[in-house]
Amino acid sequence: MSQPAYSVIGTRPIRHDGADKVTGRALYGADFQMAGLLHGFVLRSPHAHARIKSIDTSRAEAYPGVKAVVTAADLPESSDRMVDIGEGETPLSYVRGNVLARGKALYRGHAVAAVAAASLHVAEEAARLIEVEYEPLPCVLTAPEAMLPGAPLLHEDLHTHELGEKTSTASNVSEHFRHVMGDSEAGFAEAEVIVEREFSTSTVHQGYIEPQNATALWNNDGRVLVWCSTQGSFVVRDATACVLDIPVSRVKVTPMEIGGGFGGKIPVYLEPVAALLSKKTGRPVKIVMTRKDVLEGTGPTPGSFLRVKMGAKKDGRIVAAQAYLAFEAGAYPGAMVGPAGMCVFASYDIANQTIHGYDVVVNKPSTAAYRAPGAPNAAFATESVVDELAEKLGIDPIELRLMNAAKEGTRRADGPKYRRIGCVEVLEAMKNSEHYRSPLGGPNRGRGVAIGFWFNVGLPSSCTISINADGTANLVEGSTDIGGTRTSIAMQAAEVLGIPVDRVNPTVADTDSVGFTAVTGGSRVTFATGIAAYEAAQDVVRQMRERAAKLWSVDPDTVEVDRGQYKQNGHSMSFADLAARIGETGGPVVGRAAVNPKGVGGSFAGVVVDVEVDPETGKTTILRFTSVQDAGKAIHPAYVEGQMQGGSVQGIGWALNEEYWMSKDGAMMNSSLLDYRMPTSLDLPMIDTIIVEVPNPGHPFGVRGVGEANIVPPTPAIANAVSHATGVRMTRLPMNPPAVMAAIWSKG
Amino acid sequence: MHSFDYAAPDSVSAAVSLLAANPGARLLAGGTDLIVQMRAHRREPGLVVDAKRIPELSALTFDSGGGLTLGAAVACWRIYGDAQVRAVFPSLVEVASLIGGTAIQGRASIGGNLCNAAPSADATPLLIALGATCRVVGPAGERAIAAEDFCVAPGRNALADGELLVSIHIPAPRPGSGAHYLRFIPRNEMDIAVAGAGVSLTIADGVVTAARVALASVAPTPLLVPEAGQAIAGKPATEETFALAGEAAKAAAKPITDMRGTIEYRRHLCAVLTRRALTAAARQAQGVH
Ligand SMILES: Cc1cc2nc3c(=O)[nH]c(=O)nc-3n(C[C@H](O)[C@H](O)[C@H](O)COP(=O)(O)OP(=O)(O)OC[C@H]3O[C@@H](n4cnc5c(N)ncnc54)[C@H](O)[C@@H]3O)c2cc1C
Repeated sequence: MSQPAYSVIGTRPIRHDGADKVTGRALYGADFQMAGLLHGFVLRSPHAHARIKSIDTSRAEAYPGVKAVVTAADLPESSDRMVDIGEGETPLSYVRGNVLARGKALYRGHAVAAVAAASLHVAEEAARLIEVEYEPLPCVLTAPEAMLPGAPLLHEDLHTHELGEKTSTASNVSEHFRHVMGDSEAGFAEAEVIVEREFSTSTVHQGYIEPQNATALWNNDGRVLVWCSTQGSFVVRDATACVLDIPVSRVKVTPMEIGGGFGGKIPVYLEPVAALLSKKTGRPVKIVMTRKDVLEGTGPTPGSFLRVKMGAKKDGRIVAAQAYLAFEAGAYPGAMVGPAGMCVFASYDIANQTIHGYDVVVNKPSTAAYRAPGAPNAAFATESVVDELAEKLGIDPIELRLMNAAKEGTRRADGPKYRRIGCVEVLEAMKNSEHYRSPLGGPNRGRGVAIGFWFNVGLPSSCTISINADGTANLVEGSTDIGGTRTSIAMQAAEVLGIPVDRVNPTVADTDSVGFTAVTGGSRVTFATGIAAYEAAQDVVRQMRERAAKLWSVDPDTVEVDRGQYKQNGHSMSFADLAARIGETGGPVVGRAAVNPKGVGGSFAGVVVDVEVDPETGKTTILRFTSVQDAGKAIHPAYVEGQMQGGSVQGIGWALNEEYWMSKDGAMMNSSLLDYRMPTSLDLPMIDTIIVEVPNPGHPFGVRGVGEANIVPPTPAIANAVSHATGVRMTRLPMNPPAVMAAIWSKG
Repeated sequence: MHSFDYAAPDSVSAAVSLLAANPGARLLAGGTDLIVQMRAHRREPGLVVDAKRIPELSALTFDSGGGLTLGAAVACWRIYGDAQVRAVFPSLVEVASLIGGTAIQGRASIGGNLCNAAPSADATPLLIALGATCRVVGPAGERAIAAEDFCVAPGRNALADGELLVSIHIPAPRPGSGAHYLRFIPRNEMDIAVAGAGVSLTIADGVVTAARVALASVAPTPLLVPEAGQAIAGKPATEETFALAGEAAKAAAKPITDMRGTIEYRRHLCAVLTRRALTAAARQAQGVH
């Protein structure tokens, strides 16, 4: 298929926010200053599970320099209802309960009270004078444990939603769902080779570099002004309004620059607390988390227990698959096991499937999204089993995947049929890569491959574009910029306007200044906000044609536009020349668009990885790593590669060392970046990338989101590689040196 | 962080008086342990006494016999930045380059590493292997403590109230000797030893004449294992010999199971690291690179 020739799309311009970021001038939430600013400190539960019998704040309030103390008693007590704050519906009581614990602390690190003072150190010392009387309760830390009859209950009023029906069983299982397609038992009866294994993965954190922060001012006019680090300023606005029980119009959120989120900066933690402290003091209050707060008090991604069984014919056709998925939601329901159930066999065309999913609450922080939430856990199990099937069948692991790959028209067990997807193209790019074709060489080495899928989402976005007389355009949008999206959005507008991208000046605006825009999440920004910018630019072009028509006294419909050149029957003017005359042709030109696009294109990603395992220490070294992903169309290839490399690195950390190391009584023992071992640059090879482009018919330039699918295949690819290097199948994450050594010993 | 007083005396005697008059006061060298601990409320001294204005604590000198006197607060970068240290004690240079990263090494001292008394301290096993002694001054005068006797429990050293570590003396290396410290960490930097082995040995005519082995992270304190040295003295300097020392180290280790590793795994690492460290030290002793 011949690709259209673009002038801006597919190039690699420097980012609009680049100068501020490299000079340190970009303002992050912790940099925020304002006259009269107070500092807040949050007191957190030392217990994983405890009844809060009383809280006495009097000694803290009397401490010199303290301006206010708040607890859950300061939150409004409006009746419970379902609220949509970012990624699906949640009961308001859960959102509020996680902001400040009421009645019970459900995890160690659960916020219990907060203090505002002129200095952070004073606030912290005063917080230690708050007397909280706890009645410690037994805690449960893993899904299998929490599902046992008689397990300590986190929420006495939580009743299992069993296959769509509300039951009266009080349990830690908030939901059990099932997807069935065909007849998996009949499929297994027909299969000639069957592999079944159990897997587990630990709780891991997104590990964004910038801790959560928020400044709030409850202004004298009754409006609440918030400055914070978030993936969605409208989410913060709506959630803060819900928690405080005030209309959304009373909250204005100004997003500051954001130092990463990966899904973890969708929930609100600090904003309502800072607002309450501001309400009591009449002054702006800033709260910044420490790294320990981030690890213990914000949402990591679920630990999980999985069982996957797959059966194939000798010729390699996979005929049956079953999955059992139990995910730890943390303190409140919502473990992202739903998407895991939709993704677990999403890369394959398998006629007979049964999938069971369980959403289980445990005494750990309430989990949040993390890059393709649920999918990496599920793929770890499936892709390991597929690897073992390939071994048993004596078929090359990429060939086996190609033989069974999902295509346009393939139906998933959860219902939908695929539109045009790039699963086969990704596998072919892996197979044809220089990496896969080169020999592995050397002892104690192994090569692994895996693929993975993520849906991506659409959701609403808004954009306006105002034309300046000097031929430039001011673009205003509402998607907080995490991966360079100001530029990839501006590029789409520039392509339509027919001007260089440095003539478009993008701004991420506050919630008063731009139309509703959903979160920066679900790999949606370049897709959905990109469509908003595309439509707004089309609106500008339409108006500019009218201006040209006016100058030439012709019918606007007869004016042709080609790459920013406006023409009609011998007349010709550039965009810049027309812009210079907008004053005389009718005044300002403002294009606008508000979209809610449905044509989302899911993305497939694959990994080829070579490892070497030290047989005496069990330490794994990543020798070579190639990430392959279908971008649909890479608007800015360097940023696509950046996403692929970032997802790969996070996957490497997840595979090898990252985990919440919990004491028996539910304390995270490694809540620092020294002990929560994310990979450093010294632990990684260069991550090679191969961008595949199978255009998404639902986007004018063919964009699929690229932020997430790349984190799905790394953990199983590395597990497969380590298994080949050691000769032992690795079924638990992380595969840290003691675990690999234990596996080697188990061989005898 | 809690509020505390701060003093920066310019002599050992003034520091001793301050420490003696303020029980619970802590000396501040680089602060890369102390300040982290204070922020986490793990130590809450009422007075912090800065060591960096006391000349003796910041001095690095060689005596005529070739021994090194290292002021307790000398930062790592000064150790690897010193040409004579690089020539005489390459193992010390390696350890100084291992602690933290460049920024940490700009502040962190070997004296602080020792005084902090972490079982996992990377410099301490090497100091023990090199036969270092610690010069301590307090209200009752001066005394010397062998490096292997300096730590008494996790986070606790042998200093009495009012005492401070002034300097560490490392004797001149014997001809034909080599030393090495090797730790195992899951990452390649920025990590705490799961286990570590500091070794020194002397070789004459291909035979080990003397050896010292000390371990990190496998006991409540850094641990000297005399049996490991004894096991190989008089034997040929080969991998098989060094493996014997490894087995002795493994037998002497008393680790716990925690987030860094299991008892079984750590004891196994003691054998591996001791053997590998002795192999590296032997190469140095025999001038092989
Ligand atoms: C990011 C990071 C990475 C690190 N990496 C490593 C590593 O790889 N390996 C490792 O072993 N350590 C590591 N550490 C710990 C620390 O840097 C070292 O232990 C360092 O050597 C401590 O030296 P310091 O001068 O900073 O000690 P300080 O923090 O100043 O002092 C440590 C303790 O000793 C006491 N003290 C200091 N000097 C004296 C004295 N003269 N007399 C009496 N008491 C004294 C202090 O009161 C304090 O209790 C790391 C720390 C950080 C923050």
